[in-house]
Amino acid sequence: MKKTALSLIVVAMLAGCSTTATQPAPVVDNAAQDAAARAAAANAAKNAADKAAAEAAALEQARLASQANPLTDPNNTLSKRNVYFDFDKYVVKSEYTPLVEAHAAYLTSHKDAKVILQGNTDDRGSREYNLALGQRRADAVRKALNLLNVPETQMEAVSFGEEKPKATGNDEAAWAQNRRADIVYQGE
Amino acid sequence: MQLIKRVVSLILLCLPLVSQAAMTIEIIGGAASKIPVAISPFSGAGTAYQTITDVVAADLARTGELNLINVADLTPPITEPGDPRFGIAQQRGAEAIVLGQVNVLPNAQIEVKFRLMDAVKKTQLAGYSYTTDLKQLRVIGHKIADVVYEKLIGVPGVFSTHIAYVLKQGKRYELQVADADGQNVQTVLKSAEPLISPAWSPDGSKIAYVSFEDKKPVIYVQSMTNGSRRVLANFKGSNSAPAWSPNGSKIALVLTRDNNGSQLYVMNAEGGGLQRLTHGGGIDTEPSWSPDGQSILFTSDRGGSPQIYQMPASGGTARRMTFDGSYNVSPSWSADGKRFAFVQRSEGRFRIAVQDIATGQVQVLTDTNRDESPSFAANGKMIVYATEINGRGVLAAVSSDGKTQVRLSDRAGDMREPSWGR
Repeated sequence: MKKTALSLIVVAMLAGCSTTATQPAPVVDNAAQDAAARAAAANAAKNAADKAAAEAAALEQARLASQANPLTDPNNTLSKRNVYFDFDKYVVKSEYTPLVEAHAAYLTSHKDAKVILQGNTDDRGSREYNLALGQRRADAVRKALNLLNVPETQMEAVSFGEEKPKATGNDEAAWAQNRRADIVYQGE
Repeated sequence: MQLIKRVVSLILLCLPLVSQAAMTIEIIGGAASKIPVAISPFSGAGTAYQTITDVVAADLARTGELNLINVADLTPPITEPGDPRFGIAQQRGAEAIVLGQVNVLPNAQIEVKFRLMDAVKKTQLAGYSYTTDLKQLRVIGHKIADVVYEKLIGVPGVFSTHIAYVLKQGKRYELQVADADGQNVQTVLKSAEPLISPAWSPDGSKIAYVSFEDKKPVIYVQSMTNGSRRVLANFKGSNSAPAWSPNGSKIALVLTRDNNGSQLYVMNAEGGGLQRLTHGGGIDTEPSWSPDGQSILFTSDRGGSPQIYQMPASGGTARRMTFDGSYNVSPSWSADGKRFAFVQRSEGRFRIAVQDIATGQVQVLTDTNRDESPSFAANGKMIVYATEINGRGVLAAVSSDGKTQVRLSDRAGDMREPSWGR
């Protein structure tokens, strides 16, 4: 889009130059303007076609990439990023062992990959204390990955506390959704 | 002509109300024995006199410690102790009376004179004169209320102080500063990401706070004089809970950078000089300095449940302070160092309480369910905190004896995380 607009401006400027160069008096040269407009229209059409083709190619590439990228492939365990915790508990439950193992395997084989572990809590009680509780959840996932040989340099555990709830509401269903740590890869 | 003048002044009076109507104040309860004081309407031209009278009366009424005796029906109002009607205030029960005049000076400045008189002995308890411009009228009103309060109650008033807090509107967050009466609201920061834990520097020139704009909690310090800000702490992990030392030179904070839980640290307020204070490996957070700068109160889960502990400001052995119940958090030390306010959970309710440090005696002050973030006023008389009324975040203040409550709400959104400054 930007490219099209730029080309139009260039054409208009060229047209402007030709009129002022040949005609010192401020007389409008209709013929020159018509030619410029036709050139601009043709240029715009060509640009639009190029753009559509580029977009289609990009989409196809993204589709292929997501299939190729195990982190975003819905059939791959690596696309699973949420670890839920029991009330007042800060241990990673055994049902998440496959998830943690998959991410540990990926991180140890991709030394340039980095993860941010984001801890969350429900909204009851002190915001700062909840920030610390969310940190415990993020730290629990960090330690689980570290035990599987993921170096600390590839991980950062941070907390959102109660500030970014996935579910709002004052019931156990909502609170359970927010007792959570998320695994986010750098750049995502 | 007289009628037209009145209509005009009424309209003028309404104008500031339009911009301030967003915030409403509600006063509940009050002390059992209140000092009766009459505020004679300030005399003068224009609407300035009305603003001053209203500000002084509202400030004093909000404390719950004074009983305002009405003398507004006397026309013209009493402005001099020699007025033959002076005794009426005493007849109506007043022990003291505030008299005042507002004059517009030739340079458009405004002169405000007031006297606080003993209504019985007719002696002057205090008297001041201020010259100001129209924009500062409320400021002068607060100053007069401070003088009257200190003379009658014996401790300085906090009507000229400011409160910082976070306003959440939809998915937008604003750090705002308002006068202690909730008026004169100013937005000092807008963000699409959460803001928490604002903390005034002791001199009121800066606010430290935690922002999530960088997808993690980072501590910033922002100047209130020129609005500039800088990162104070952005270490690996989470950075939170900033608390200024009483002399403003240091800030206690919570970091997770050592992969050893949430731990207390202290650093220079200008940056650098990082020192670790706790080494438990669990949760140590929410530091609050003693007024002498020697000790820090904080929340820790080292005993299995969150409780409040005290330790030397340089680190060292911590002493557990709270024992009632399984959730005592968010300590705020009073300016006299004798008490602290905190949040206590009991039967699923989170309420504001105060504890006497010498005796350990606890008094629950509030009757709401979701109280958070208490912050003592500089004179130790009131505690501002956040709570929820009908699903909306509001600020409230409670007197430290629990007898008076004031609520401050903003229809525009949820108010939270108050910090009472100078």
